[in-house]
Amino acid sequence: MSKQVVQVNRVVIRFAGDSGDGMQLTGDRFTSETGGLGNDLSTLPDFPAEIRAPAGTVPGVSAFQLAFADHDITTPGDAPNVLVAMNPAALKANIRDLPRGADLIVNTDEFTKRALEKVGFTANPLEDGTLDPYNVHAVALTSQTVAALKSFDITKKEAERAKNMYALGLLSWLYSRGAEGTRRFLEKKFASKPEILAANLAAFEAGWSFGETTESFSVQYEIAPAHLPEGTYRNISGNPALAAGLIAASRVSGLPLFLGSYPITPASDILHELSKHKEFGVVTFQAEDEIAGVGAALGASYGGALGVTTTSGPGVALKSEAIGLAVSLELPLVIVDVQRGGPSTGLPTKTEQSDLLQAMFGRNGESPVPIIAPQSPSDCFFAAIEASRIAIEYRTPVILLSDGYLANGSEPWLIPDVSTLPTIDPDFATTTNHEAADGTKEFWPYLRDPETLARPWAVPGTPGLEHRIGGLEKADGIGSISYDADNHDRMVRLRQAKVEAIARSFGPLEVDDPSGEARVLVLGWGSTYGPIGAACEITRRTGALVAQAHLRHLNPFPSNLGEVLRAYDKVLVPEMNLGQLSLLLRAKYLVDVVGVNQVRGMPFKSTELVDAIIATIESL
Amino acid sequence: MTETLPMPSLRLVPKSDDLLSAKDFKSDQEVRWCPGCGDYAILSAVQGFLPELGLKRENIVFVSGIGCSSRFPYYMNTYGMHSIHGRAPAIATGLAVSRPDLSVWVVTGDGDSLSIGGNHLIHALRRNVNLKILLFNNRIYGLTKGQYSPTSEQGKITKSTPQGSLDYAFNPVSLALGAEATFVARTIDSDRKHLTEVLRAAAAHEGTALVEIYQNCNIFNDGAWEPLKDSDVRDDNLIRLSHGEPIRFGKDNEKGVIRTSDGHIKIVHVDEVGEESIIRHDAHAKDPGLAFALSRLANPRTLTNSPIGIFRDIERPSYDRLVREQVEAVVASQGSGDLQALLTGGDTWTVS
Ligand code: SF4
Repeated sequence: MSKQVVQVNRVVIRFAGDSGDGMQLTGDRFTSETGGLGNDLSTLPDFPAEIRAPAGTVPGVSAFQLAFADHDITTPGDAPNVLVAMNPAALKANIRDLPRGADLIVNTDEFTKRALEKVGFTANPLEDGTLDPYNVHAVALTSQTVAALKSFDITKKEAERAKNMYALGLLSWLYSRGAEGTRRFLEKKFASKPEILAANLAAFEAGWSFGETTESFSVQYEIAPAHLPEGTYRNISGNPALAAGLIAASRVSGLPLFLGSYPITPASDILHELSKHKEFGVVTFQAEDEIAGVGAALGASYGGALGVTTTSGPGVALKSEAIGLAVSLELPLVIVDVQRGGPSTGLPTKTEQSDLLQAMFGRNGESPVPIIAPQSPSDCFFAAIEASRIAIEYRTPVILLSDGYLANGSEPWLIPDVSTLPTIDPDFATTTNHEAADGTKEFWPYLRDPETLARPWAVPGTPGLEHRIGGLEKADGIGSISYDADNHDRMVRLRQAKVEAIARSFGPLEVDDPSGEARVLVLGWGSTYGPIGAACEITRRTGALVAQAHLRHLNPFPSNLGEVLRAYDKVLVPEMNLGQLSLLLRAKYLVDVVGVNQVRGMPFKSTELVDAIIATIESL
Repeated sequence: MTETLPMPSLRLVPKSDDLLSAKDFKSDQEVRWCPGCGDYAILSAVQGFLPELGLKRENIVFVSGIGCSSRFPYYMNTYGMHSIHGRAPAIATGLAVSRPDLSVWVVTGDGDSLSIGGNHLIHALRRNVNLKILLFNNRIYGLTKGQYSPTSEQGKITKSTPQGSLDYAFNPVSLALGAEATFVARTIDSDRKHLTEVLRAAAAHEGTALVEIYQNCNIFNDGAWEPLKDSDVRDDNLIRLSHGEPIRFGKDNEKGVIRTSDGHIKIVHVDEVGEESIIRHDAHAKDPGLAFALSRLANPRTLTNSPIGIFRDIERPSYDRLVREQVEAVVASQGSGDLQALLTGGDTWTVS
C-alpha cells in the first residue's frame, strides 16, 4: 500500500513507558538515526530516581523526548506531536502535555483492568472517550511483537522485551528514518547472543512493515536535512562532552588528568566516561566520599596534575571546606557540579539551576571562586576547557555549573578540529624569585604575577623551591604563616582582586539584538540558553523586539555587564531557581531585573518565556 | 652514604647526590609547640632519620591535617601541606597516586585521624596507598585546649566531660588491622632509638604504613604514657615486639606470651611453661590474627602489657602502583590516546 508522504519541518516525539521498557534506549537510537539524516535535533530524557520503580506506576515512568527539524533548533520542544505510551501509567503521566490533535500511539496490550486500576483509571481511557481529542493509534505492541518472533528460539519474556524495537521500527517508518545504525548498534550489543540479536532486528522490521501496511497510519512524514554549517557532526550529551573537554584540557595544558569522585546522580557518567579513557593517562579515583574525592583531586593538583572532582549539589556542600582550602592554597582545581533539584536529596534525576549561590558563597570566610556555566550539551566540552584554563592560569578552584538537563540532553555537535583548541600554559615555577637582604636566593610562594595576580606554582620535586603551604593565613609574598591583621586584610583583598582580574582574560558579553532597537533584554545563564533563544525567535516573528544575552562567566561577570543591563528598559532573567542570578545582578549593579522562575524539574517551555517577554514588552 | 635499605616503596624516588644531614631538614620556621611537648622529640627523630634514606629533599612531602601535630610540615625543609581537619590521607592519596617519584608522609593526631578523619584513614589503609602515616596519639585534644579524644580512656574528666567521658576508646592498632592495613606499628616519642627503627621499617614498606606514636601532651594530658616511660616500671609494662623473636618481656624478661588451647593468647611466667611454648612474633604472617590479639593485650587504663614495635608488615602491591600499571597496560595495548578520534566518536555524519 503506498501512502501519502507529507513534508514537515519540525517534529517532537515523546517515548514513554515503564523504566524497564527500554524507552531511553529507544530514544537514543531514534536520535542517532535522526542525526545521521542531517536534521538538527535536541533531546530531553526524563527518568525516575529509582533504578526499578514499581512496575506500572506513575513514578516508574521513564520518558525520552526528542525534537528534530529541517532548521536550527535549540530546545527539545514544548509539547510532543507524537506520544508513544507503552502502558496506562505512561499515558497518565504524559497525556496532559499532549496538544489536541496530536498523534498518540498506545500499547493496548498493557491496558488491562489491573494495570488501569493501579494508576487510578476507573474506566479504560481507550474506550470512554477521554482520548477523543487525539489522533489515537491503538496498537497491540506486545502481542504483535510476540507474534512476529514466534519462530525464534527465545522465551516469551525475551520476545516481549523486544517491543521497544517494534515501536522503534514503527516510528522509524512513520518518520522515514533508516535502520542501519540501529542494526550496527544491536549487533554490537548482542554480539554474544545471536538469537536475541536476530529477534530484535526482526521486531524492528515487523514494526516498520506494520506501519507500512496498517490503515491506522495514513501518512508518512519526511523532514528535510537542516542547513547546518559544513563539517562532520555527531550527537552528544553534556556528560560525555564535559568528560571529553577535561581530557582535551589535559592535552592542551600538558598536565595529567586526575579525577577524584564519588558516585552521585546526575554526575556519575562523567566518572564512568573518564574511567574508560586511560589511554590518555587519565587517572580516575573513586573515593570513599565526596570530601576524599575533592581532597585527592587537590592533592594531585599540588603534585602538578589537573585535579578535577565531579559531583552534584549535595556533594558540593560536603566539599566546601576543601574548596576553601584550595582558595587559600591557590592551587588549580576544577569542581564540576551537575545541578539537580534540591534542597537535600531533592529530585536527583530532575534538572535545576539552584546551586549558583552555593557555588558563589557556600564557603566560610571571603572565599571567591570563579564560576563557569555551559549553555548546551555540546558546550560542556568548551566550558570544561575554559574552567581548566582559568584554574590553571590563575591557580584557583573553579566551579563548573552544569545541570541534569545538559548532562543527559543531547544535540548534534560540529566536531571541532583539535588543532584549533587553545593551549593552556601551566607555567610552573622552576627558579627562585626573590633575593633576601643578605643576597640569599629564595622562593616566595605567594609572590604574585603583577598582571594576573596568580602565585607561582612550584610542584614537589622542583629542587631549591621547597616550601610549605596551608590553610592558615599567609604573609603576602613570602607565604609563611601570618596572624597579622593588616596582612590578612591585604590577602583577602588580593584573593578577591585575583578572581576579578580573570574578567580581563575573556571577551565582553555579546548581545543578540537583530534590530538594535529592543527595549527588553532577556539575560540567562546555563541550560536556559535553548528555551530563551527559541522564545526570542518566536517573539521576533510576531514583530516584537527583544534582545538576548547569555552569561558563561558567572564569577567574575564580563566587564561590560553593568553597561549592558543599563542599556535596556527591562531585563528579564529566566532561571530554574527562585532568582539567584537576579539577586547577584541586583546586588552588584543596582538594576531592577525581573525574574522568570520555575523549579518544576524540567527546562522552560519556550511558550512560557514568550508569554513573559510579550507581557514585559507590552508593559513598557 | 649511610646503609642502603631494601626500599621497594621508594624505588621510584630520585636519590640525592649529596649527603644530607638533620640540619638540612630543618626549616626556617620557629617551632611553636608548648615547651616540653612530645612533638619536639618526634620532629627531631624524623629530621635525624630522613638523611639515611638518601632521597632528594625536594622529593619528600609532608601532608598534615589540623591539630598540634599537624603543624609538623611547617618545620620540615621539604615540600609540605598543612591541610584541613582529618583530610590529609585523602589529599596525600591524590598526590601519591599521581607522583610515584615522591616519598609522601602524613602527620596526624588521634583527633584528626580517628575522629573527623576516620573514614579517610581506614580507606587509605585498605587501599594500601604508598603513604607513611605518623599518628601522634596523646589521648587528648590539644589545639582546642583539652577535650577528650577518641583514644581517651572512658571516664576521662576533661573540659567537655566534667563528669567523665562516656564513649569507649579506639585502639588505633586494632582499628588499622581491621582496616586491612599492611603495615602497623607502635612506638613512643621519647624512645628515639625505637622510634627510628620503626620509621626505617615504615619507610621501606610499599603501601600504607601506619605508625602510632605515643606522644605526651604535657599541657592537657601530662603523663598519659608514663607507665611506659618511667624507668622504674616501663620494662614491666612494655612488650617489645621483634619479628622472629619469642615474645618475652618484664624486668628480668620473665614474662612471655603463649597461645591457649581455645585459641586466645595469654601472658605467663616463662618459667612455668617453658621457653618453647612462647610465641615467636611473626609480623609477616598473612593472617592478622596474632597481630590483632597482641593489639588487645594492653590494659587501656593502666597500660600494663603494652606491645610496641611492628605488629604487621606484609607485602601487597600498593594501590598507586596498581593504578599506574592499569594505565600503562591500556597505553601499551591501545597506544597513547588520539584526541581527535575521541571527539569524533563512533556515529558521525557529514554536512556538505
Ligand atoms: S597542647 Fe599538648 S600536644 Fe599541643 S603543643 Fe602543647 S603540649 Fe604539645
